[in-house]
Amino acid sequence: MIRTEEFLLNVGPQHPSTHGVFRIVVKLDGEIITEATPVMGYLHRGTEKLAENLNYTQIIPYTDRMDYVSAMTNNYVLVHAVEKMMDLEIPERAEFLRLIVMEMQRIASHLVWWGTYLLDIGAMSPFLFAFSDRERILEMFNELCGARLTYNYMRVGGVKWDAPEGWIDKVKRFVKDMRLRLDEYHNLVSGNEIFLSRIKGVGQYDAATAIQYGLSGANLRSTGVNWDLRKTEPYSLYSRFDFDVIVGKNGDCYDRYLCRMAEIEQSIRILEQALEQFPGDGETMGKVPRVIRPPGGEIYVRIESPRGEIGCHIVSKGKAEPYRLKFRRPSFVNLQILPKLLVGESMTNMVTILGGIDIVLGEVDC
Amino acid sequence: MQHFWDHPLSWGTGGIFVAGAVGVLAFVLLFVTYAIYFERKVIGWMQFRRGPNRTGPLGLLQSVADVAKLLLKEDTIPAKADRGLFILAPVLAFVPSFAVLAFIPYSSHLQFADLNIGFLYYIALSGVTTIAIVIAGWASNNKYALLGGMRSAAQMISYEVPLVISVVGCVMWAGSLNLRDIVAAQSGYFWHWNFLPQIVGFAVFVIAAISELNRTPFDLPEAESELVAGYHVEYSGFRFAFFMLTEYVYVYAIASLTTLLFLGGWNPPIPQLDFIPGIIWFFLKFAVIVFCLFWIRATLPRLRVDQLMGLAWKVLLPLAILNIFITAAYIQLWGMGG
Repeated sequence: MIRTEEFLLNVGPQHPSTHGVFRIVVKLDGEIITEATPVMGYLHRGTEKLAENLNYTQIIPYTDRMDYVSAMTNNYVLVHAVEKMMDLEIPERAEFLRLIVMEMQRIASHLVWWGTYLLDIGAMSPFLFAFSDRERILEMFNELCGARLTYNYMRVGGVKWDAPEGWIDKVKRFVKDMRLRLDEYHNLVSGNEIFLSRIKGVGQYDAATAIQYGLSGANLRSTGVNWDLRKTEPYSLYSRFDFDVIVGKNGDCYDRYLCRMAEIEQSIRILEQALEQFPGDGETMGKVPRVIRPPGGEIYVRIESPRGEIGCHIVSKGKAEPYRLKFRRPSFVNLQILPKLLVGESMTNMVTILGGIDIVLGEVDC
Repeated sequence: MQHFWDHPLSWGTGGIFVAGAVGVLAFVLLFVTYAIYFERKVIGWMQFRRGPNRTGPLGLLQSVADVAKLLLKEDTIPAKADRGLFILAPVLAFVPSFAVLAFIPYSSHLQFADLNIGFLYYIALSGVTTIAIVIAGWASNNKYALLGGMRSAAQMISYEVPLVISVVGCVMWAGSLNLRDIVAAQSGYFWHWNFLPQIVGFAVFVIAAISELNRTPFDLPEAESELVAGYHVEYSGFRFAFFMLTEYVYVYAIASLTTLLFLGGWNPPIPQLDFIPGIIWFFLKFAVIVFCLFWIRATLPRLRVDQLMGLAWKVLLPLAILNIFITAAYIQLWGMGG
């Protein structure tokens, strides 16, 4: 008697397409997934608990290690929350530097996503092209703050280092080149028949579902919801610049792809304007008390990280250390829709869908 | 001309056969070594990298070092694997891949075995490799390997059909399955070659051939982003080397076949270049095809399983059959080609 049976397959924690130590236990009927259970926590380091025994400046390096692909925005959400609590004045030059590095980081982060996503889909070259461009950004960050990934660059009240001589011109040159490179990437990949057939209509959900699951970033905008905290709740200097919020229509992997690619272009636009208006001189640190002691109370601030809404909730009792610190990590929240999307898909689409969500495991597990 | 294979088998001719086989094996191994080197260099250049450049001058010894490493590695067999089949699979994969090379003519005189069934011999033997891959996937007792093996079986069986049927046009054109006759039917310059009148067959053949080779964009059996490494995930050391070797020997076979069936074999492209010997033309065309395979690998993403099957059965097969029909109609109306 011939019969078939479902079998369990452990995808991860060591698997090339889970982008880190993430595990999905899938039940397979042939190659079709009937059930998927994500297992996470392999990279949990207890950042939030550790933070309770650290003063605010000491927490900043920990935020670097949450979303290590986009450390600058993580730095910012923490210092921004503390500054808001303490009502601090930030020098304009410092704020400009922060905005420039955050937008550069967004480009770098999307490039990593683009390269690894295509690697998931089976194209090898885009990965290397993307990383060579990202390398230029990391080099510039290295010049700015002496680190390539974990920058520890921002401080409550400003930034640690001023831009070195000629750095701004370097960024200008990069931004100019990046525009051309982006066109090249579109030529190389965006119209590829195989690529389109792989991602069009895959992993589709509508706006209501996306909001129910609390998705944010390109995962939400791909369904047509106009929600970008840089525009919706402008922080930093974003209200001064002219840029568009990119929204999709169908909420599938293809729209998410287009959203992210267009966001690179919008970041380039912001950078061009910011570099033009960059103040010639000025302080990079505001007037900050020697020991940072926010007044008692609570605050929640949120900003737009490359992956979506990253939030920082601080409960302070007026001490140098937070009483409780909580990060709303977009990768973690966005990942929650995965089991729903995977049911009925094939193994191949699993990789496409997971890659399309764009997670960073350091942030998922925190 | 009297060929040595027409003599009755004796110690002398037997010795020539053995020497010839060893010679071909050595040549193929040399090809594989440098095809891998060349592939890594070419793809490196396409990706603004340097490729291997540390082992030996210009990195020329890189593949040699890799092979040495694989041979020296510990040979592991998973405890729960089916031992017999696990050991058998790499051998079963490699032997037919090498045996198919016997019938390839390199010029009008240089050939190891003159087979009248020609192309059918290739199909019959290369099918055995598919079985070996399924065995490897099954015997490893690993779910990823099993999925890879199953995919491979489905893919190679599906693509063998359009592959064979796409060649039928050439066979009808020449009136023979013998490769030397097929090349003879194309004698002349590039406008006499099969790839022009048989353009549909040529396109189908190339696509199906890439799929038979399990190369990008059809490398699903070993799709590293989904199945880690597919059917050979549990293999290490020289057993793994055998699978790699098999893959590249088939690259050699397919590139030779494409040259012979569609690109006029050893015929020069234009009359002005007649003075260059045929064997050089053969290997030039061969090299161009191998280069294109590497080029495709650097460019294209991978297809999905269902799309792959759809392509084989819904697009390639009807096209190949249409090609037969057109060729038949042409021959009926205007007579044979060549």
